[in-house]
Amino acid sequence: MTEFARLPNGGVLPLAQLPRLGADRFRAAVLEAVSKSGARLSALFACPDAAQAHLLIAVLALDDQGMLAVTSCAVEHEYAALTPDCPQAQGFEREIAELWGIRPLGHPWLKPLRFQPPRGVPAAAARPAIGLAPFFTITGEEIHEVAVGPVHAGVIEPGHFRFQCHGETVYHLENSLGYQHRGVERALVGGPDARTIHYMETLAGDTTIGHATSYSRICEALGRNRVPARGQALRGVAQELERLANHIGDLGALAGDVGFLPTMSYCGRIRGDVLNLTAILCGNRFGRGLVRPGGCGCDIKAADVERLLDRLEQVRRDTASAVQLLFESPTARARFDDTGTLSAETCRELGLVGVAARACGLARDVRRDFPYGIFQFAQLPVCTWESGDVFARAYVRWMEIQQSLIFVREQLAALPEGDVRRAPAAGTLAPERLAAALTEGWRGEICHVAITDASGRFACYKLVDPSFHNWFGLAFAMRGQQISDFPICNKSFNLSYCGHDL
Amino acid sequence: MWSIIKARWRQGYRTAPYPARPPALPDRFRGRPELTAGAPAAAFVPAAAACPTGAFTASAGAPPALDLGLCLFCGACAAACPAAVNFTSEHRLAARHPENLRLTPGCKPPRAAPAENSLRRLFGRSLRLRQVCAGGCGACEADSNVLGVPTFDMGRFGIQFVASPRHADGLLVTGPVPENMRLALRKTYDAVPEPKVVIAVGACAIGGGPYRDHPEVHNGAAAVIPVDLFIPGCPPHPYTILDGLLRFLGRIP
Repeated sequence: MTEFARLPNGGVLPLAQLPRLGADRFRAAVLEAVSKSGARLSALFACPDAAQAHLLIAVLALDDQGMLAVTSCAVEHEYAALTPDCPQAQGFEREIAELWGIRPLGHPWLKPLRFQPPRGVPAAAARPAIGLAPFFTITGEEIHEVAVGPVHAGVIEPGHFRFQCHGETVYHLENSLGYQHRGVERALVGGPDARTIHYMETLAGDTTIGHATSYSRICEALGRNRVPARGQALRGVAQELERLANHIGDLGALAGDVGFLPTMSYCGRIRGDVLNLTAILCGNRFGRGLVRPGGCGCDIKAADVERLLDRLEQVRRDTASAVQLLFESPTARARFDDTGTLSAETCRELGLVGVAARACGLARDVRRDFPYGIFQFAQLPVCTWESGDVFARAYVRWMEIQQSLIFVREQLAALPEGDVRRAPAAGTLAPERLAAALTEGWRGEICHVAITDASGRFACYKLVDPSFHNWFGLAFAMRGQQISDFPICNKSFNLSYCGHDL
Repeated sequence: MWSIIKARWRQGYRTAPYPARPPALPDRFRGRPELTAGAPAAAFVPAAAACPTGAFTASAGAPPALDLGLCLFCGACAAACPAAVNFTSEHRLAARHPENLRLTPGCKPPRAAPAENSLRRLFGRSLRLRQVCAGGCGACEADSNVLGVPTFDMGRFGIQFVASPRHADGLLVTGPVPENMRLALRKTYDAVPEPKVVIAVGACAIGGGPYRDHPEVHNGAAAVIPVDLFIPGCPPHPYTILDGLLRFLGRIP
């Protein structure tokens, strides 16, 4: 693979060594890697280039080798789209077209992804207002459309769903998002500065630890900083607590959506109990202030280790009893089984990540495939289930809850001594480098890619939340389903709107 | 059925004895910051310089002040200058007017005043809220939603989230209000029957939070609809939100 530069997870590449291919060779190389070698498109984005108009950069994840492969090509106004031969690229190419005015020729559905202000083309260029762009429709006398959102019936983020239905059956679901767009990637250019870490912590509030960890690893890679062992262990604990809280909350919400109230009520409360464990670590239930470049923002006291272990045991017992009820209930199981089924093949083609992929039987987990931080020393088994339906996505969560509980207990019982942080010196990021980091957030793979300019500032910062890949998976899971099953299908994915909209 | 009853027995009674007793907060909880009275003006300058959102203002000439509405409670100011600022464990932060969120050295911030009598008569024992997330990251939403679980059980105070704005007495808004959500927020507000109240929860909904002055957002709910109650935090602790709601309804002194 001479067309690619290879780097480890959390690795750095001097920009001079970034391959610059011709457009045809770039396309052929990426397509071949994806179709023949099973590589995944972790990120595809454009960034302004001094020499040419824009540089198109692809970051591929080679799961079987634990390496990342990066390549690029210069594009001006248009290039041949990858999407027709590589569906994983569909969202990325829509973003490139919307932001920079570069046309991926042959893209089947070039609708704006976020309805955000363009960055590469003059703002006056015509673009549809949010909610007014045409939807993918099916025609026919008995076809009807259902429109939902952006404001949904619940305490939930905004987005628009458009269903094409025939009777009760959904033929197609189109997610039209962008209502949460706050301009994060644009604001990151020129950083890091005082706000950068706060963008990361609020990018997707329920993934504070996941994104803050990814960003910190980018800074550590570019700043040649090493995190002390105790800091690594605490980060791992925080990340698995985040997974526990969200997975437990999701099982409760799934129970609620099929009207099984005991589990809903217990899991809703237990989720809060786990958030309170994170608050013992840093004072904030979502882990704000816990992860910082160079390590952790605060250390744990010896007495708090005991408290955490005690309360973790209580969480384990309560969760086991609540979840057992759910899976033993025939009425709940009847709603979960064979609902919203995705095949492993579809999952592979769409490039899904995290729980959604593992519930289709694909053993994809950054913690195992690209081990980083504490996961280099303490391995968690990858939990998979074959059936690809709502039950599988629920059951994989339950298996991961059990594994994370064991992991957190083990880490807390054997925390390394020493400092939790080696604070980076200010303004020490290496200039003219590309750094890429994958992290397994609770929803799945988080990919951050940073490119620094000649003065060591971010010239470009690409964020890929797992939701970015998985929203399309939800649309596919709904095909052929009853529209009344949308809530549990949606909840079984539980994707982030703000993580997608940035 | 027996297993359900057994599990119910096992899980026990979990509602906190609030507001009869003060809430249990984590040791490291960062509540209302306090600007040290009598500290020299120069001491506040490094603290203000460390603030990521511009909540903290201080210069050689002007007296220092901290706008609680913009504060992310990140503690950067206290870390930069421990002699000038410290974070207390005070969770009661809500205010009826933005100017009451402005903290100065030695000030005694007033607690949020209850709503007018006419509103309290209507909503005092039954308040139905429609939550609108307008660019929120999910944390303020989660800590509002959690008030429905047995631990907090805000239903016992007659407060509940409802699905339709037509069934609501008001809105609870989170997020900095992106331009892409402006119309949806306005329409949701218009759909709530009069009289109605609006509660802005979190730094984003009050002043834009970390996204303040981004051209993509409107720096909070008040730019689009009138706001009756401001609850600071990033996110506010559930007890901070509950305290704000109960004070607004005149349910706690």
